[in-house]
Formats: sequence, structure tokens, C-alpha cells
Amino acid sequence: MKMTNAFKATVAAAALVAGGAQAQEVEVLHWWTAGGEAAALNVLKEDLAGQDIGWQDMPVAGGGGTQAMTVLRARVTSGNAPTAVQMLGFDIQDWAQEGALANLNALAEENNWGEVIPDALQRFATYEDQWVAAPVNVHSTNWVWADASIMEELGLEQPQSWEEFVAALEAAKEAGYVALAHGGQAWQDATLFDAVLMATGGPEFYQKTMIDLDMEALGSDTMKQVFDRMATLRGFVDDNFSGRDWNLASAMVINDEAAFQMMGDWAKGEFLNAGQTPGEDFLCFRFPGTQDQVLFNSDQFAMFSQGEGVSDEQAALAEAILSPEFQIAFNKVKGSVPARTDLDVSELDACGQQGYAEYKAAAESGNLFGSMAHGHANPAAVKNAMYDVITAHFNGEYDAETAVQELQTAVEINAM
Amino acid sequence: MTDISRTEPASRPFGDRFRDALPKLVLSPSVAMVAIFVYGFIAFTLYLSFSDSRVLPSYNLVGWKNYEFLFRIRAWDTAVTNLVIFGTLYIAICCALGLLLAILLDQKIRAEGFIRTVYLYPMALSFIVTGVAWKWFLDPGIGLEAVMRGWGWESFRFDWIKDSDMAIYTIVIAAVWQTSGFVMAMFLAGLRGIDGEILKAAQIDGASTFSLYRRIVIPQLRPAFMSAFVVLAHMAIKSYDLVVALTGGGPGNATEVPATFMYSYTFTRNQMGIGAASAVIMLMTIAAIIVPYLWSELREKK
Amino acid sequence: MATAPTSRFITAGTGDPTQPRAKGPRLSAHLPRVILYALLTLFCIYYLLPLYVMVANSLKPLSEITAGGMMALPDAWTLAPWQSAWSTAQIGVEATGLRPYFINSLVMVIPAVAISTILGALNGYVLTKWHFRGATLIFGLLLFGCFIPFQMVLIPMARMLGLMGLSGTVPGLIFVHLVYGIGFSTLYFRNYYAAFPTELVRAAQIDGAGFFRIFWRILLPSSGPIAVVCIIWQFTNIWNDFLFGASFADFDSQPMTVALNNLVNSSTGVKEYNVHFAGALMAAAPTLLVYIVAGRFFVRGLMAGSVKG
Repeated sequence: MKMTNAFKATVAAAALVAGGAQAQEVEVLHWWTAGGEAAALNVLKEDLAGQDIGWQDMPVAGGGGTQAMTVLRARVTSGNAPTAVQMLGFDIQDWAQEGALANLNALAEENNWGEVIPDALQRFATYEDQWVAAPVNVHSTNWVWADASIMEELGLEQPQSWEEFVAALEAAKEAGYVALAHGGQAWQDATLFDAVLMATGGPEFYQKTMIDLDMEALGSDTMKQVFDRMATLRGFVDDNFSGRDWNLASAMVINDEAAFQMMGDWAKGEFLNAGQTPGEDFLCFRFPGTQDQVLFNSDQFAMFSQGEGVSDEQAALAEAILSPEFQIAFNKVKGSVPARTDLDVSELDACGQQGYAEYKAAAESGNLFGSMAHGHANPAAVKNAMYDVITAHFNGEYDAETAVQELQTAVEINAM
Repeated sequence: MTDISRTEPASRPFGDRFRDALPKLVLSPSVAMVAIFVYGFIAFTLYLSFSDSRVLPSYNLVGWKNYEFLFRIRAWDTAVTNLVIFGTLYIAICCALGLLLAILLDQKIRAEGFIRTVYLYPMALSFIVTGVAWKWFLDPGIGLEAVMRGWGWESFRFDWIKDSDMAIYTIVIAAVWQTSGFVMAMFLAGLRGIDGEILKAAQIDGASTFSLYRRIVIPQLRPAFMSAFVVLAHMAIKSYDLVVALTGGGPGNATEVPATFMYSYTFTRNQMGIGAASAVIMLMTIAAIIVPYLWSELREKK
Repeated sequence: MATAPTSRFITAGTGDPTQPRAKGPRLSAHLPRVILYALLTLFCIYYLLPLYVMVANSLKPLSEITAGGMMALPDAWTLAPWQSAWSTAQIGVEATGLRPYFINSLVMVIPAVAISTILGALNGYVLTKWHFRGATLIFGLLLFGCFIPFQMVLIPMARMLGLMGLSGTVPGLIFVHLVYGIGFSTLYFRNYYAAFPTELVRAAQIDGAGFFRIFWRILLPSSGPIAVVCIIWQFTNIWNDFLFGASFADFDSQPMTVALNNLVNSSTGVKEYNVHFAGALMAAAPTLLVYIVAGRFFVRGLMAGSVKG
């Protein structure tokens, strides 16, 4: 039976190439394979099934999508591109630049996407004034997850500034807890770095260094201070952090071994799954000093051009992705918030509602920034070169001064 | 080697000529496949390494730029050094351990079949499967160190995987675990193939067990060493899954190897040109080691 | 790798190499049996430890694992993770478990292994028994092909598959495995046949037997041991391959390793380690079975073939 399916698909693909005949199916490449998120994607599948459009599932997990991007490249090169592909930030721009993506402008205009999607997201969803991707969600990365019982035991209040945060960490450490649960993987180090940089230099500095890649700002004393603060945080992490998966770091907070974890909103799922209640067993708040800012990454689905513009199935898929029902249903399980800013989110939990309100407020006030750690501030080459420096510094290979110099070199080599 | 395909040349009918060409015809699909899909692709990669390819292949030549960048990237130095350390230790330890195990198993052991299977089975598993188990086992917080301390050995330390200088050795441990059993099987096969008469004669001459092994047995295992070397070298160079599963190249980039470097520049960092350049350097290194070996091995038969 | 003397081939072929020789060097004089067995047991533990971690954790509830008991035996034994991994775990949008992918893998692996073994046998036969100018060079070139890093060939291979109309198909995937497996299968058979008495082939030729008839009637019947080695090798490599499977398979032909990776490597979801390990053991089951069943013939095949001079 499998063989027959494979055969049918080949014929279908051949037909597509040959005459542009429309097969009523979408093939979707994505990396959402964990229970909840995959189930949420099923909502989308059902929706399309209601319109008689088949869903061919092509999940490839690993490395936060890097594995899927490799597969995508092989697929496109072989002339067998999927219909729709989950993508992040600059990848969308890179593929649009190659001319591989379909233009969704007609659909966007009809459904008023320009109004409901903030500019910071449109920066990635559009290329040269053309809509090329449909945003699904917005994850924000500058969250702190705190153990409520430890906070209570030590009489700690939610820290509002860097100094208060350090004091809280100090108290937890003295009480014999791991102060900061952290996993030593490049992207986790960078997630921490993002928030520290925002808290230290403020939004303008973030814009200059991470997005505009301004050499002067990258080499400034403020940047050195950011690295110094990273070293301070390193002092609150246990010795065993290297290589630890983020969810094991979350488990440390869940099991009352560690007081705080700094991680994106997907960590919420771990807490909920362990039977914890937000506000009672664990607390969620913005990284101290970044209360008004939201650092985000946004999953979007890019539509690959099938020869003559957008196919009907692609249009149906894109429309379904931006439908309020799917945006709510999906983000409820995913831990992220809807990309559209005009929804009633009373179905989300406390942390989710807070996140959505802050997302909208940040979008209004120009405080919504793409996260460097998650590929929404600068291109992949620069991002990874920054990772190298941040991780090397966090592991004690560079002092702050060297790190600043290396950061400049990294940008110089890779920002071409 | 006797050659039976070249029979007396004369004017022959088509059928005969077809028959003479048949062996080459049978071989030709393989040769064609390898010519295109190995050597053709090597040529293609060589070309890319001189191009400005980023996300997808591009055909604009930019000279030696990719190579210049490559040698300015610190991680590349680390990757090359690591491959040398890893490759040397891995091959040496696998051979030594494989030989030791083969000799131990060759002592009329009860349950030899069972033990052999136990030593051999890791080869059957991919590191997608065993990576997490190894990662936990090596993690001082939950693995060996924690267990030993739990048993009361408070000062026990085994935190190599968290240590930039030592992490590469944990990769060796896991890699040896995977393939040493296979090497053992090769040596065991070699040992069993040695002519018992020679040994008997030597024993009668009063040779000690030790010198028997050193002077007679081990030299006879040379072909087994050679085969083991090919297999191990091939695995060392391709050790990608292992590193990704175990350390992801960390701490920092302390366990980066050329294979992970190449993958990350080609696919994650959208620097296909630099990735291709690293692939070319890697291939040249492989060729420098493997070609002389193949040449010396294959030449002998003449 | 020179041709071995005929006598040695016959000894090798008829004796059972999985049985210890009657006469051989013995360490016994220096090494008491107790120590010998202790050493062997110690190594058994080393090799079995990761398997223990996987099995033990696949049989406990997730709460026991996250509570920190990763090395301990389960307190509450459960088979639920196995059931989940096989039939209900979320791999893609549908909660299918690993079952369908298992079948996909079999559909791909069996033909790939069969074809590459047959092709390897034919190549080995031609290269040793129908020697021609340049044969050694060709063999060397085939063998060197084993050493190219697969990450490098991904993009050009995708292009070629597209041109051949094989992209995203099972035959395409089989083809890729064939191309990159040919070096090793040829190596095994070539070295094995090199030790096969050429006189027999010559005699058959004088009797008028043709190319294929000689292969079919004379060489193939005695190729059992090396075929086992080649099949084990190819089966292991192809079954465990992830890179090609992920890149060149289509949505309905993704192999087991890709599904396992989807199960294990989901980025931002809850990690059910017990289900992961159960899935991992399932993915490993066929190769493990092959090793256990054919392990005995494996050593024999190695002895008769690839490690011979």
C-alpha cells in the first residue's frame, strides 16, 4: 500500500511538472513533532480536509529546524519542493531572494493581513513588498521561570532590575539551591545573552548591535558590560550545565532544585506537563530590566512557488493558518501567542494572556524586537558567528575584552 | 593472478566478442555510478569551493576567498586538531582492545557465542539511538559520577564531557564502544585462520606464549589490521552522528570535527562556499592517508 | 590482499571458525581462568551499560526519570512507553507511532541490501576471475568512494535524482544507498573471491561454461559466509542511515530513523524519555536481531574473506 502511495505521489509530482495540473493536496515540511504541537497542527489538517484538500505530512525534527532546512535544500534542488514549509526569520528572506516563494499579496489584501500583523513580523513575512509567508505564532524569549516555593521560602519578590535579580540569585545560591538553571548549548547561551544585552543597553542599543550590526556599538563599553554580566550569571549556574537540554534545566526548577530559569515561553509546556500551576507552583515574568520589551521569534509557513503563482491549496492553507480559530487553538498548546493582534485570548492561560498583552503593547510602542538567538535579528552566518563568541566567553575561553573584539571580527567576516 | 579473459586473439564472430566484453559490461554500471556520483561530485564540490555559493550552489567564481576565510576561522583549527586526536586514539584503542578481546576469547571460553554477540552488538545501533544513553551516562550530574558518589565514593570525579580539554576523549570512549567489537571479530577471524602446525612447531621449539604471540601470531594478523584500518579510518572521518548526539560540538566548540564543521557551514550557516572548501581540504587529507595505503596494498598482487 | 594459497582457503572454508582451534597458543599458563573470565565479564558490562540505560528507562514512568533516577531500575514497571512508541506516539500531525515507518524502512532496506550484495558479488567476480588491464585501478577507485563524507554529496545528489525523475521515491532512495554501498560490498567479495581457486573457474571454462554460468554454479554456492558479512554490513548501514532518508524520502516513505529522530528530537515540546528509549530499541531491533542470528556466521565470513591477505 505504501508503495502505491509513493507511486501515486510520483505521478502527481510528474503531472505538476508537466502540465501544472492541480493536485488537491498540500505537502507540508515542518519540525513540529512533539505531542502537543503536532496535535495542534492536526487542527489545520482537519480544516483543510473540510475543504477537500489532502495533507501530506513531512515532519523532520532536529536542531530547531536546521535539519528540516537541509532537507528543504535537497528537495528544492531536486525539483521536488514541498508546497509549504515551516520557516524562521532570515531563512524566509534567503529563499525569497532565490525567487522560490509564491506571492501571497492578493490573499493578504483580501484578509487585511497588513493591519493585524505587526511590522516587526512583516519584516520577515514580506520580501520587497510581497507577502511570502503566513505567520503562525510569536514566541517570546525574554522570560524568567521561577520556582514559587523557593521564592517564598527566601522571601523574594519578583525582581524588577538587574541588581534585584542578582540579589535574588545570590540569596538562592546562599540557601544552597542552584540559582540559575541553565543548559550550556550555544542557542541557550545566546538566549541569555539577548536578554542581558536588552536589559543592559536598552532597545536602541539592541537595534544598533544586533540588527544594524553597527561596529562602533559592537565595540563599545556597554558591550563589554554585557559580557561582564554574562560572566556574573555564569557564577550562578552549576558546574554541570554544559550540554544540558533546556527541558532538563526546567526540570531542575520543577523539582525545586533550582530557583530560576531564563528561557522562551515554550518552557511553560514542561511546567504544565509536570502538573504545575502558573502563579502557584511557578511564576513567569520578563527578564528584569526588559519588562517593556518583547524579544520574539515567529514560526511562519512559506509557500513554495508551483510555477504559476499561488495555487488554490496554498491559498487555502495560508488563509487557514491566519484564521482566528487556528491561531488560538494552536497557540494554546504551543505556549506561544497568536501572531494576529486582534484576537480575544481569554482561552489562553495566565502566562499566555500576559504574554499576548505584552506582545501587543510592545508592537504598539516599537518595543518588539527579533531575537538574535533565534535567528530574527541577523542572518544565519552572523548569528552563528556570534554564538561562537558568546559560548566561548560563557565557558571562560575569552575575557570580556577579547569577547568584544572577537564579536567585531565575527561580524566583519560574516556580514557580507 | 591468472588471467583467463584474454584468450588467443583472432578474427572472431560477434558472439565471442560479446562474451569477452561481458565481464566489463557487468562491471560498467558500478564504474559509471562511482564515476558520476563520487568523482563527479568531488569535482562539483571543488568548483563550489571557488564560488560565492551561499544558500544554494552558485557559479560565480571568487578565487581563493573561501579558503582564506576558512583558515581565519578558529573553529576549523579546533576541528582539524580534534580529528587528529580522535582519529589516532580511536584507531589505536580499537585495534588494541579488539586484539586483546580476540586473544582472550580465543582461549576456549565457555559461552563464547554469547560474549561475542555482546561485544559485537553496539555496531548494530545508530547513535541517534545510543547518543542519549551515552550522554546521560557521561553526565556527572546523573551518570557514572552521581552513581559512584551515591555508593559512597564521595571524591569520585568523571566530568570529562563538561570539560573543554577532555570532552573529545569522551567521544573516543563512545566511539570505541561502538566499533571495538567489530574489530575484535576481525581479529578473531584472523586468529582462527592461523595454521595450527606453525604454532605447534614453535611451541615445541620452546617459545613462550608471549613471544609466540609477538613473533608469530600478530605478524600473521597483518591483513586483519589492514582491513580494520580501512573500516576504522572510514568511520573516524565520518563521525558526525556521534559528535552531534553526544556533545553537539560543545562545550563551546571544543569537540567540533571537520564533518560537523562542514555540515554547519554548508547547511546551517548558509556559507556553502566555505563548507565546500572545508570538504575539499578534508578529502585531500583523506586521500593523503588512504591512497598510499591502497596503493601499497593493491600493488603487492603484481 | 594478495591471493591466498588455495590450501588455506580450504582450511578456512571447511573448519568452523566459530569453534576454538584444538591447538593454539594458550594464555592459561600466565593467566588463571578466573582472571580471564573476570576480564571478559568486565568488558561485557562496558558493552552492555548503554543498553541497560535504554532498557531500564524504557520501562519506567516519565516522572521517575525526571525526578533524577536515570541510572536506577524502575520502581514501577510499565510497558506503556513501548505501546506508545509503537502505535500512538506523535511522529507527525497524526499519532501513528513508529509502526508505519518500520514498514517503510523494510520496503527500502530489503531491495537495497539485495541489489548491492548481488552487484558486489558480480563486481568481485569480474575483478578477480576476469582480470583485465586497469582492474586494480578501478577497484581502488571504487574503494576510495567509501571515504567521501555524505554531507558533501547531498546537494548534487538531489539534483541528479531530480534529473533522473527519482526524487522523493523509494527507488531513488534505494539507488542512493546502492551507489554509496558499492565500494564496501565489492571489497568484501573481491577479497573473498581472490582466495577462491582460479583453477576451478578455468576448468569450467574449458568445459564450455559461460560467464554467468560459472558465477552461478561455481562461485555463488560457496559465497555464503561472505554474503552474510556483506548483508550484515549493508543492512546495518542502510537501516541506520538518517541523512539520505531524511533528504531523499517523501512524506510516505520516510524511514524509521527519520521517524525516530522526529520522536526524539522535537525541539520545544515535552521530552518523554521513556517513550524515546522504547522507540530507539524498536528502531534497533532488526539490526540487533540480524547480529544475534547471523553473528556466528559473521566471524566465519570475515575469516574466509575480508581479513585474508
